[in-house]
Amino acid sequence: MADNLIINPIVQAISLTKHVKSSDTQLTILQDINLEVGIGEAVSIVGASGSGKSTLLGLLAGLDIPSSGKVYLNGEDIFSLSEDGRAELRGCLLGFVFQSFQLLPVLTAIENVMLPLELTGISNVRKIALELLGRVGLEARINHYPKQLSGGEQQRVAIARAYVTHPKLLLADEPTGNLDSSTGDQIVDLMFELNRERRTTLILVTHDESISSRCTRQIQLASGKIED
Amino acid sequence: MNSFKLSLRMLHRDLRAGELHVLIFALIISVGGMTTVGFFTDRVQLALSRQGNQLLGADLVIVSDRPLSQRYTGEAVKLGLNTSSSLKFPSMVVKGDDNILVGIKAVTAGYPLRGELRITDEIGKAASYRNDYVASGIPSSGSVWVGEKLAARLALKKGDIIEVGEARLIVASQITLEPDYSIGFINLGPRLLINAIDLPATGLIQQGSRISYRLLISGNAGLITTLRSWLQPNLTSGERIQGIRDARPEIKSALERAEKFLSLAAMASVVLAAAAIALAARRFTMRHLDGCAIMRCLGARQNEVLYLYLYHFIILGLVASIMGCLLGLLAQEALVYWLSAMITVELPWPSLFPFIQGVLVGLVLLLGFALPPLLNLRSVPALRVLRRDIGISNVYSLTGYALGLGALAVLFLWKADDVRLGLSVMIGFIVAIAIFGLLGFLLIKAISSVRSKAGGTWKYGLASIWRRANSSVIQAVALGLGLMALLTLMLIRGDLLQNWHTTLPSDSPNHFLVNIQENQLQPLQEFFKQNDVLQPSVYPMVRGRITSINGSIVVPDNYSNTRAKRLLKREFNLSWANEIRSDNQIVDGEWWQSRDKGKAVLSLEKGVAKAIGVKLGDTLTFDIAGSIFSAEVSSIRKVDWDSFRVNFFAVTPPGVLEEYPTSYITSFYLPENQMDMMNKLIMAFPNFLVIDVATIITQVQKVIEQVTKAIEFVFLFTLLSGLIVLYAAVISTQDERIHEAAIFRTLGAKRSQLISTWIVEFSILGILSGLFSSMGASALGYVIGKFTLNLPYTFNIWIWLIGLFVGVIGVVVAGMIGTRSALTSPPILVLRRIG
Repeated sequence: MADNLIINPIVQAISLTKHVKSSDTQLTILQDINLEVGIGEAVSIVGASGSGKSTLLGLLAGLDIPSSGKVYLNGEDIFSLSEDGRAELRGCLLGFVFQSFQLLPVLTAIENVMLPLELTGISNVRKIALELLGRVGLEARINHYPKQLSGGEQQRVAIARAYVTHPKLLLADEPTGNLDSSTGDQIVDLMFELNRERRTTLILVTHDESISSRCTRQIQLASGKIED
Repeated sequence: MNSFKLSLRMLHRDLRAGELHVLIFALIISVGGMTTVGFFTDRVQLALSRQGNQLLGADLVIVSDRPLSQRYTGEAVKLGLNTSSSLKFPSMVVKGDDNILVGIKAVTAGYPLRGELRITDEIGKAASYRNDYVASGIPSSGSVWVGEKLAARLALKKGDIIEVGEARLIVASQITLEPDYSIGFINLGPRLLINAIDLPATGLIQQGSRISYRLLISGNAGLITTLRSWLQPNLTSGERIQGIRDARPEIKSALERAEKFLSLAAMASVVLAAAAIALAARRFTMRHLDGCAIMRCLGARQNEVLYLYLYHFIILGLVASIMGCLLGLLAQEALVYWLSAMITVELPWPSLFPFIQGVLVGLVLLLGFALPPLLNLRSVPALRVLRRDIGISNVYSLTGYALGLGALAVLFLWKADDVRLGLSVMIGFIVAIAIFGLLGFLLIKAISSVRSKAGGTWKYGLASIWRRANSSVIQAVALGLGLMALLTLMLIRGDLLQNWHTTLPSDSPNHFLVNIQENQLQPLQEFFKQNDVLQPSVYPMVRGRITSINGSIVVPDNYSNTRAKRLLKREFNLSWANEIRSDNQIVDGEWWQSRDKGKAVLSLEKGVAKAIGVKLGDTLTFDIAGSIFSAEVSSIRKVDWDSFRVNFFAVTPPGVLEEYPTSYITSFYLPENQMDMMNKLIMAFPNFLVIDVATIITQVQKVIEQVTKAIEFVFLFTLLSGLIVLYAAVISTQDERIHEAAIFRTLGAKRSQLISTWIVEFSILGILSGLFSSMGASALGYVIGKFTLNLPYTFNIWIWLIGLFVGVIGVVVAGMIGTRSALTSPPILVLRRIG
């Protein structure tokens, strides 16, 4: 494996395991996951539905808590932090793109992009947000609400929001899952372009082979385990 | 930390997106309703007491048997108050060979200070009220104004000369309405009003004359209070203060009931506001779970998320409460304008207090009932961005509302200004919430268990109720509480008004005949028969003075209680009866049996017993025309003095008092168009003392009428608040319903199928809330009626029918209106929006 070649991993998961209790039986979603992702890498996590892809992504982002195991983000043991500590770390380190876009319906496109910066207390954020919306080709629609935008446009807003904080790591969960194939291709192109421009590390969950093949590395999940 | 700035921006965005409309609307209307009640009751209470003061002729009266110290007038004038004085005494008035005992009142300029004195120039005509007018002053020196009875008895005409003591005075007008016309033997019977300037000329004011001196004072309510507190320690023995509350028991009880009812109405709107806010805040929270999860995902700390919305709500609460107060100010102004035809006195501008109270109440309500669901936003897991099904933590926890309920309890006690009333309502609501919640859950569970046996529409309707069991229970409880407040108010209002009108029906006795002799009973009966007047009951009356209690001699001046002093100095009216009267109620001891005839026991009125400190088993000794009579107190009675019927302080069984000098007394109703009969009666039985209370009854009925109107208006506001609760309840599950509808329609459900599913669901909610409200209102009505408003309770089937009807129709109609957009918007749009 190439893992031991990574000198400065931005993400490191050690023996990550996740069980959930379902009525009287215990289900194992993830079992003993070990992985490292280096700076600037583009890694795809692939696998069938229910293989544990999204759960792994949630754990890597500190959105969920593992049954056992550790995750280091930028060298920091995220599960030793408090819930708020993890949130703060996410705010300055991570960007997210989701399958269902997850824009706030009450905010316009530009306001959605401004939100992460506003949360960190940075002022004069409008200019930065405008610039990014221009970069994703939505300068004409900045004052539209999510419901007035098409799926592809909503995902562009989401990408702009993800990059606006200059994250070191971008996590994407099936970013094209809700889009038709040509729109999906454009979105993936955009993500990879920005990834290169901004030297962001990318971890992408998908079951689309063509997207996965554009990544520098693929991690195959099956029944909660990494397949070699 | 600029989360405040961010919060402001978010608030602006939420406002723009219409997320807060329900909450703002609920808050504005409820605070508006509340402050309207606040402003309005303040001013109406003032108006009512002023209206009452018209019956007193002033805001405050000092009464004494001796001339009043000039210091009192001096102090009142120093405070900037208006004063006027009057003297009342009985004396003979002579015209030619005819003479009669008259109640004379001598007044100074300015009289009356409150209310109006009406006169007519058509002297001698019975009930010539149609051509009367407001007197522009008092009789000029040398002239007199006569009462109707005096005019009739002496056959007076305008310009006649009458002799009052040594003075000869000219009859100028006849009095038709006198503000301070009161029941009391000295005042009643034939009356005469003279100018105080003429008093010395009559030579009637001498040592030992029976004169009642009065100082009338009016002006600003605050200054009156100041004067009252200055007066209290300065009054000497024999001097007492009369305000409206001291003077007129019938007005006093009307006022007190009105005040209690208005504060109940205010409390009902507080409860309604709480329910609406809890529902609206819950919806707000549900709709912001996703947003909070995203913010948590984007790096917001837990407290940051909480503060963001906390500031949101505080700002919102302040702004909406202030808007509500402004609405209240406008509404009460409109109301006062509308009532101005009835309230003849000028109302002062309301104080700032209801305004501050409104803002405070708004904030307390908002935070008390919005905070519990809001706190959930703090703990929304960020993972919700990946898995939407997680993270709907328990938004419903009842324990979370403990804060709100506590705040409500404090508000209740504050607003009710009556600990017992406030507590009984408060405990009623808490018990109701617990019982409704439990019952609702059990009923929903029971209904849902039969759903597999039900047909299509019913199956899905029942499934919806069960799936949303928690929301359904919350909705039913909130609606039930809202309806309960309305029904309770309706029940009490109905009973209250009914009770008032029955205490003073339009044929209440308006004349008393006193001093009827035994040999006149038969002729009187015949007189009534000839004149087509219903033969009234006649009661025997024996007059006696209490000389000792339990064998110890009574010295009136040893009593500190002024009422006791007065009661013990004068003669009591004793009577006998076999049966207890319907407007009397035994509160201690027992009424006698027929075998107790001749037994020396007596039943004493509660107020008198308390004043002179007599209890069951004590022995009272009376001096009756020089003879001694002793009896043991065998029962204490409560007497309804509001009824204007003949009543006695002390009653014995038959066969005890008959040997003492006895006269008889009766009361009857004489219609205004039969007033001529009065003149004939006076001619036929010159020894009768006629007491005319028609004027007082008319005035009391007028006060009751105005209070009724005020109550109906306040009730409308509570009704409006009830509609907001209904709206908030229906809209609280609107999102889920729209989402479900989209799925149903995508799967091919027809509009009619969806509509009937919802009708089933809303009907069940309606039945539950109707049931809860009727149960609660009946119980609460019983408690409040019995313990605080002193009204008898009767089971009212209408409460159950109205509760169920309004519950079902209200919820179904409002529900269908609230959900109609789910039928019209294309399913794909809805599904895409939900994501």
